[in-house]
Amino acid sequence: MAVINWFRKHVIAIVAGLIFFFLLVPNFVVIWMSFNKPSGKYNVKWEKFSFDAWKNPLDDGILHDPLMLSLEIALLATLVATVLGTMIAFAIVRHSFKGRGFVNSVLFLPMAAPEIVMGTTLLALFLNTFGVSFLGFKSILIAHIMFCVSYVVITVKSRLNGMDPMLEKAAQDLYATPWQTFWRVTFPLVAPGIGAAALLSFALSFDDFIITEMTAGNSVTFPYWIWNAVQKGIPPQVNVIGSLMLIITLAGIAIAEVPKWLKTSKAR
Amino acid sequence: MSKNTETPAAGGAVAGDLKLVNVTKRFGDFAAVKDLTLTIPQGSFFALLGASGCGKTTTLRMVSGLEEPTAGRVLLGDHDVTRLRPYKRPVNTVFQNYALFPHLTIAENIAFGLKRRGVKDVKKPVQDMLDLIELSHIGARKPNQLSGGQQQRVALGRALINRPQVLLLDEPLGALDLKLRRQMQIELKRIQTEVGLTFVHVTHDQEEAMTMADTIAVMNLGRIEQLGSPTDLYENPRTTFVANFLGQSNLWPGKASGTVGEHLRVRLEDGTGVLIPSARNNASGDEVIVGVRPEKMSIHASADEVPDGRNMLTGGVVTDTSFVGVSTQYVVKVAVCDELGVFVQNDGARIFRPGSDVVVSWDPSQGFGLDGKQDIDAGAEADLEAGS
Ligand SMILES: Nc1ncnc2c1ncn2[C@@H]1O[C@H](COP(=O)(O)OP(=O)(O)OP(=O)(O)O)[C@@H](O)[C@H]1O
Ligand SMILES: [Mg+2]
Repeated sequence: MAVINWFRKHVIAIVAGLIFFFLLVPNFVVIWMSFNKPSGKYNVKWEKFSFDAWKNPLDDGILHDPLMLSLEIALLATLVATVLGTMIAFAIVRHSFKGRGFVNSVLFLPMAAPEIVMGTTLLALFLNTFGVSFLGFKSILIAHIMFCVSYVVITVKSRLNGMDPMLEKAAQDLYATPWQTFWRVTFPLVAPGIGAAALLSFALSFDDFIITEMTAGNSVTFPYWIWNAVQKGIPPQVNVIGSLMLIITLAGIAIAEVPKWLKTSKAR
Repeated sequence: MSKNTETPAAGGAVAGDLKLVNVTKRFGDFAAVKDLTLTIPQGSFFALLGASGCGKTTTLRMVSGLEEPTAGRVLLGDHDVTRLRPYKRPVNTVFQNYALFPHLTIAENIAFGLKRRGVKDVKKPVQDMLDLIELSHIGARKPNQLSGGQQQRVALGRALINRPQVLLLDEPLGALDLKLRRQMQIELKRIQTEVGLTFVHVTHDQEEAMTMADTIAVMNLGRIEQLGSPTDLYENPRTTFVANFLGQSNLWPGKASGTVGEHLRVRLEDGTGVLIPSARNNASGDEVIVGVRPEKMSIHASADEVPDGRNMLTGGVVTDTSFVGVSTQYVVKVAVCDELGVFVQNDGARIFRPGSDVVVSWDPSQGFGLDGKQDIDAGAEADLEAGS
């Protein structure tokens, strides 16, 4: 009886714990394996603890070019997609214009269409319009911006929709010019949505494989490099970079959340 | 202005009456405000009273600039502000749903207007305002950590601190409990008289409107039905809507049948003849609706007890008696009306039980006449809704 009662009381905590475990285990495995010292070329079996991979995260420079290319594209795509997507979201939510419904549905296409179809179509488009020499950095960037914009618009739009439109009116009523209204009221309230959209864009772009593979020409991005490496052997450095990404993301979230959390707990 | 001028008033020198001239606001085909003309004297306390959806908020928004009239003009003194952007108007609003900035603290919310106007030292005025609205202890909190009534006070403080030329209050006291409500009413009235601001106060609460306002406008379906001082509106309603909406009225249809001196004789549907003062008759034709307020009526056991010269409805039966302390409120069924209200002061007179046969009477000077071509129940349902 006691056991059943205890179980009843804690069932939500137990289920939540299991779900978290399920979600987090892959991340822990990534970090854990980054400390491995594999005997062969494949870092798939635990052998021996070592800092070797962390001391030499680029594997003597082999990883440098693909990593830099991926970072560069991800950062640029994030920047352009976030700015563009935010502006589109504002336009859709705040203004009624001819073709608003059309724009709304078109923005869903990159998310709804299978990536492999998107990739082949884009390849055909680039080849036919610009020729084979265009494939590379530019074509990847354009493709990434295209699918990231959709996600940014959806994220920012939902945030904007959740915002009370009276707040902006109240600001104007209290002598704030449109410029001040935007920076003092609208932006601070929508910023979390924009931040989330940017993070999402970065993650989507950084690890995109299918569309990238199709449009990359001879360029080698980080995920593409790993894909190729599977045949020759994956070094633990890949795990190091994976772990670093995870840590940087968590740190970013912490920096954003902790001051807020401190402030509210102080006010109580 | 008096001693209360630590914070500079918004808008500088422009002063004067607030005027709306033939203002219309259409949303698509629907006219929310219809050809409204109105002058609100500077420094007065003006109440807009009306049922839900009659266009009160829309009217306020055209004054604050948040909504542009489809037609007509809005003037502040000699200054045409019809197309002036809201942030350039010396007008502030206490919004119906508060619209507090959720990312700012209470103190920051209150300081918002002063800061936008470039006031450097906002600490003291903000503290004074927090004291006034009795929220000094929680100035560092965010709006979502406040109760509804507290949020309402913040909304009030946030507008009031600017000392605008016109303060628009959209049901600012709706969420407060009775005690706090009375307290804020007194406080508002004090500030208004002291600083000489023009207040335009929208409310559902007719008692609030009557006790606070110098002038009341009763709105109905986008139009002003009647405008006047609280006593004028109560004593001399000109439409059935006003008669029913502001307090209660007994109304019976009838036909004019000649004059008797200063009075008009009206024949009610059952043939009873009653007199109303000709001066208080608003009907243009023969069809007249006779109105009498319940507290102006008396109740008697028989016609013999009724003094000479009074109007009289005989053959009544009491259907309900409620004792409410200072008065007893009767519902009486008579030939011309099933639910006639009579309020009798509790001065020791006998109390009639339901079922008693009675006669009701009133002095001819206490009746009024309304145009017979109106819906006799207009405003009655709206009043019930508002009173709940
Ligand atoms: N933006 C809008 N678009 C269409 N109709 C509107 C709009 N704003 C208001 N209305 C309509 O105009 C009418 C008047 O609205 P308003 O908000 O002025 O009413 P109100 O008198 O303030 O009512 P309440 O006492 O319920 O606040 C309502 O019927 C409302 O539905
Ligand atoms: Mg309203």
